[in-house]
Amino acid sequence: MSCSATRTASMRTAYGEALVEVGRTNPNVVVLDADLSKATKTSLFAEAFPDRFFNIGIAEQNMTTVAAGLATCGKIPFATSLAVFSTMRACEQVRTSVALTNLNVKIVGFYGGLCTAENGPTHQCIADLGVMRPLPNMTVLAPADAPSCKACVRWAVEHPGPVYLRGLRDGEPVLYDETGPADVSRIQIHREGNDGAILVNGFMLHLALEAADRLAARKIHITVADVITIKPIDQKTLLEIAGNVPCVLSVEEHNVLGGMGSAVAEVLAQKHPLPMRIMGVPDVFSNSGKHSLLLEAAGLTTEKIVENAVELLAAT
Amino acid sequence: MARGQAHDVDSLREIARQLRIDSLRMIHLAGGGHPGGSLSAADLVTALYFHEMNLRSEEPDWPDRDRFVLSKGHGCPVLYAALARLGYFDPQHLDTLRKFGTILQGHPDMNKTPGLDATTGSLGQGLSVGLGMALIGRLDRRAYRVFVMLGCGELDEGQVWEAAMCAAKYRVANLTAVIDYNQLQLDGTNDEIMPLEPLEDKWRSFNWNALRIDGHDMPAILDALRAAREHEQGPTVIIAKTIKGKGVSFMEDQLDWHGVAPNAEQLEAALVELGP
Ligand SMILES: Cc1ncc(C[n+]2csc(CCOP(=O)(O)OP(=O)(O)O)c2C)c(N)n1
Repeated sequence: MSCSATRTASMRTAYGEALVEVGRTNPNVVVLDADLSKATKTSLFAEAFPDRFFNIGIAEQNMTTVAAGLATCGKIPFATSLAVFSTMRACEQVRTSVALTNLNVKIVGFYGGLCTAENGPTHQCIADLGVMRPLPNMTVLAPADAPSCKACVRWAVEHPGPVYLRGLRDGEPVLYDETGPADVSRIQIHREGNDGAILVNGFMLHLALEAADRLAARKIHITVADVITIKPIDQKTLLEIAGNVPCVLSVEEHNVLGGMGSAVAEVLAQKHPLPMRIMGVPDVFSNSGKHSLLLEAAGLTTEKIVENAVELLAAT
Repeated sequence: MARGQAHDVDSLREIARQLRIDSLRMIHLAGGGHPGGSLSAADLVTALYFHEMNLRSEEPDWPDRDRFVLSKGHGCPVLYAALARLGYFDPQHLDTLRKFGTILQGHPDMNKTPGLDATTGSLGQGLSVGLGMALIGRLDRRAYRVFVMLGCGELDEGQVWEAAMCAAKYRVANLTAVIDYNQLQLDGTNDEIMPLEPLEDKWRSFNWNALRIDGHDMPAILDALRAAREHEQGPTVIIAKTIKGKGVSFMEDQLDWHGVAPNAEQLEAALVELGP
């Protein structure tokens, strides 16, 4: 199911294309944007279905609650902006107008993590998963590549209720075949090994796969699994993985507090305690700079994943 | 630069030209940034920093300094260029815009850049910050004034209007909003994305003193700033009609120049137009 990353693709373009695809088969799909349609590629949907596209202007709070209004009339709105604005500028609107009402609104944000890089910390988004996760009724998705992003869009259309979809930008290594994972709600196992497990998502998946290859060269065989759905987390697969390994490392492009690692730890601590480490962005604001340099400063590199895995294994 | 030792109109125009050149150089070197909205704001920023505002660059935290909030934070190259020229930091820093370790972040960060009074980049928040500063200027009986520059697309944000209502409630005459009214935002024109007119009427109905000027006409800008200073009944908004990308023919009024850097060739062509 996973192919090796020989090519990259734009997740934003994949999103725009997926919206057009679901728009064709489901006339209830409508799309909103907040003056970022060129960046989020909802522009593709706007071209295909001008009547079903609403550019609300630079007004994310209004967009979110308008989307709720559309959903009360049976539509499936995708309210789209940058992750930082979708989830945080409009946070309370998401909570009350979307989560509390349990309406069929899809909140979508691009440039999750540090990948808006040079724009600096106002635009980077390292707290969205932590902000969305504790909202009752909310499903939280964070795909790693273009095909899995498309699969998330299709999944979201079929699953009534609030969804937050965290997108990235472009140039993500393609790690799934064209159709993407069959069921994004399940944890996707990319490598199997009994020496340890790396749970990962988003842009970190390809780094974890590289790390696994390097560890395999040292005769350390680890499981690598993609946690696309952070909430509700796939407990069954998670506990199966945990049952076969002595320790677990989580890696994500999010604050070490409150993201996927926290979600994994909440399950393991209560149902299957075992040694664990959480790798992510340290709890400080990052800076302007190239994405690769920001990841390096945050300790999110293949080398650091290998290092952490080896240390964790040695301690267990 | 204290108000009074101000430059004449010709030297202000020359400074604005230099700020445009600096902005484009910086954005080119950074390989990213927002040229259109930096160029449209250049004359307004020049008039404020080199004529109207009361500042001490050697003492960036001087409690009585006039404040400036660039609410449309993405236009920061032109502001950084102005601060460097005034001596807040070594102009060599301009070459480090957006680069890892820089004091000049992609959007203004008050904790990183000497001379910045506010952190902005998430649109719609600057007028509220400015209002807070203005309220305390009055409470503490300080004579400083507060200037907030807004983008026109930025006026889509509801918070701007919350701040506008509140500023009128408190009649803060020491607060002046300046709108860089280039009529373009990110996805299209204001009319396509969110129509704003009648804009003066909107502000007037919010009990603001509203002035409309040509934001590239230096004497008109200076006159409007004086009128704002002399208006004592409450806040003033200067609606300054500008041209996005002003000064470089192939950037003027072009949506595509909102958020991309000029390459070496384009920079050269732009510099030829702007002059030596
Ligand atoms: C809250 C928020 N939403 C969206 C953006 C993304 N964004 C950056 S600039 C821009 C357009 C701004 O248009 P305008 O205010 O007219 O600025 P100007 O044309 O002067 O550059 C948008 C939508 C942002 N920075 N902040």
